[in-house]
Amino acid sequence: MPRDTIVLLGVNHKTTPLAIREKLAISGGYDHSLEVLSKLDGIKECYLLSTCNRVEVLFTCREPTECSNGVLEMLFADAATGDDFEKYVYQYQDEAAVEHLFMVAASLDSMIVGEAQILGQLKEAYRYASNHKSSGFVLNKLLHKAFSTAKRVRTETGIGASAVSISYAAVELAKKIFGDLHDKKVLLIGAGEMAELAAENLVGQGVAEVVVANRTLQRAVTLARCFNGYAVALEEVLGQLEQVDIVISSTGATEVILNKDDVRGVMRERRNRPLFFIDIAVPRDLDAGINELDNVYLYDIDDLNNVVEMNKSERDREAVKAERIVAEEKLKFTKWLENLVTTPTIIELRKMVDEVVMGEYQKTVNRINGLTESDKRSMEKMASAIAKKLMHHPLQYLKTDHHCVNQTERITVVRALFNLDNNESMK
Amino acid sequence: MSFLLFQVSCIIYLLSAATYLFFFLSEKKKFRKVARWLFFIAAVLHTLNILFRYIEAGHTPITSHHETISFFAWATAWSYLSFRWRYTVKNLGTFVSTLVVVLMLVAAFSSRHIIPLAPVYQSWWLPVHASISLVAYAFLALSFLGSIMYLLQEREIKQKRFGLFYSRLPSLEALDKLNHHCLSVGFTLLTLGLVTGVLWAKQAWGAYWHWDPKETWSLITWFLYAGVMHQRFTVGWRGRRIAVISIIAFVSAMFTLWGVSFLLKGVHTYAS
Repeated sequence: MPRDTIVLLGVNHKTTPLAIREKLAISGGYDHSLEVLSKLDGIKECYLLSTCNRVEVLFTCREPTECSNGVLEMLFADAATGDDFEKYVYQYQDEAAVEHLFMVAASLDSMIVGEAQILGQLKEAYRYASNHKSSGFVLNKLLHKAFSTAKRVRTETGIGASAVSISYAAVELAKKIFGDLHDKKVLLIGAGEMAELAAENLVGQGVAEVVVANRTLQRAVTLARCFNGYAVALEEVLGQLEQVDIVISSTGATEVILNKDDVRGVMRERRNRPLFFIDIAVPRDLDAGINELDNVYLYDIDDLNNVVEMNKSERDREAVKAERIVAEEKLKFTKWLENLVTTPTIIELRKMVDEVVMGEYQKTVNRINGLTESDKRSMEKMASAIAKKLMHHPLQYLKTDHHCVNQTERITVVRALFNLDNNESMK
Repeated sequence: MSFLLFQVSCIIYLLSAATYLFFFLSEKKKFRKVARWLFFIAAVLHTLNILFRYIEAGHTPITSHHETISFFAWATAWSYLSFRWRYTVKNLGTFVSTLVVVLMLVAAFSSRHIIPLAPVYQSWWLPVHASISLVAYAFLALSFLGSIMYLLQEREIKQKRFGLFYSRLPSLEALDKLNHHCLSVGFTLLTLGLVTGVLWAKQAWGAYWHWDPKETWSLITWFLYAGVMHQRFTVGWRGRRIAVISIIAFVSAMFTLWGVSFLLKGVHTYAS
């Protein structure tokens, strides 16, 4: 009796261009998609992950080929055709699926290797699956193993240590300029997503206050509220520059919004306290000449990308270590999976023994007269104790690793000895 | 005895600097710990060396070339240790220990002959004036090192090319603070050194000031540092500018200490 196959299929940033990925991302949210998935024929357990860089479905079933076709059609039907599946979708089974999941969790498959967000996204996706009860015995174990593997990779290698993304790079630089960020203020010009992410990172480092300036004040107010800061109008930016220490600019303006002379004047007012500009807008918001001023530092998106690139090679070395950890954990998990194969045999064996014991016991009890209740109970106990003692070694033989007889062989032997596959003849 | 102590402390300083340098390159924390202890032990032995020398010479050993430089190195070591006690500045130890080793080597190669004091120097003004001035130089030396570190770090951040120093040197803010702290202490002591010198001159030669080259140069140095302090407090100069001027001022201070004695003759004739 073979166990279920674990199947993982999906698309990610490596195999699929953004234009296709955009269409694939689960539009109805996790709840809806999981609902539909678990109703598909043949699927026993399932789990779904959708981020901006990847969409992956993990499930267990008896008939991998049929089920994957069903899953693909259901998930991607509107967005892609059969040809696209061939071209973009990768599909792994069992060991390969486990390895891939571990690699994803450990952030080794990410666009920016070592970034920390993916683990959180994985956990969130798992929360949905377990709320839906769509993940079961095998997937629960597998996902928990994936989390612990990711944690091991993070603690035992330096993969997450260096600046891994643009916003981290910005924080790192801010620390090299200001040292302690606790009494520093941040000004966001433009309330885009990137700016928000960078601000979030800075707040995580303990920045004192966040000020948001935006063309539409409404958005500025909403964002400022997230960080317990306040909003100002775009016209007030120059005045704000006297107060803040870090400026993150990301407006959609087509022209430069701050030039060198503006900042020069501000520096006099600031008594030369350092000012760090981060310009993540394309086209750029800030005059490149600003960087020439004393105590003013300006980094644009390309500069930050260079910082990220620089840290990459070091990270790649750590990645080798991380892959070793993933391989180890994969091995452990496949062991567990293999042992899972013996479980049905054990259950059947126990069931058979119980039936025999109960049958013989009933026969005997019916033949003897004048037995008290406690006598009957003692007899029953004795019968099952004998059976248990006798079964101990066969079960042990089945469960523990044996160096010369492999597991399938052991299962076959036990099943043949106890005639499990041909139960009818017993009766 | 004092010479033996000098030699031993010199060697331990050297070991400490080597370990610090190794830590700087490898960034392995256990080396830093070893280096710190070596540095501390060397500084203690160096203190004993100066005490023994005091007993041997019968006067404060800050008169010959060897003694002055050794005392300068000693003051630098202890002002660093006193500073470290309050703030930690990443990798400052590497720079300080290297400077101390250089000074010790210069001291080791100059004559250790004990010069009998001329009557005019036999005054309690000597230890006061000379030691205050040298301790002032020691703090200014720390600010000089801090300035160099600042410029190295600032260059990498400004030019956006991160090499050897970016990860190893502390933040610009920390270096600027170091500079500020050491300049404040150093400048105060420098002023005191100048004042005691002036008073001593009145007592010894009857005039407060007679434009001796050393006096002139120390006045130039003092004005440079006064300028730095003034700009810092009034206009709020900081960072790069302060660093550059404090390097220039320190070079001038070193010229006052040595250059003047060798190149221009004056009343401070210890370097015979």
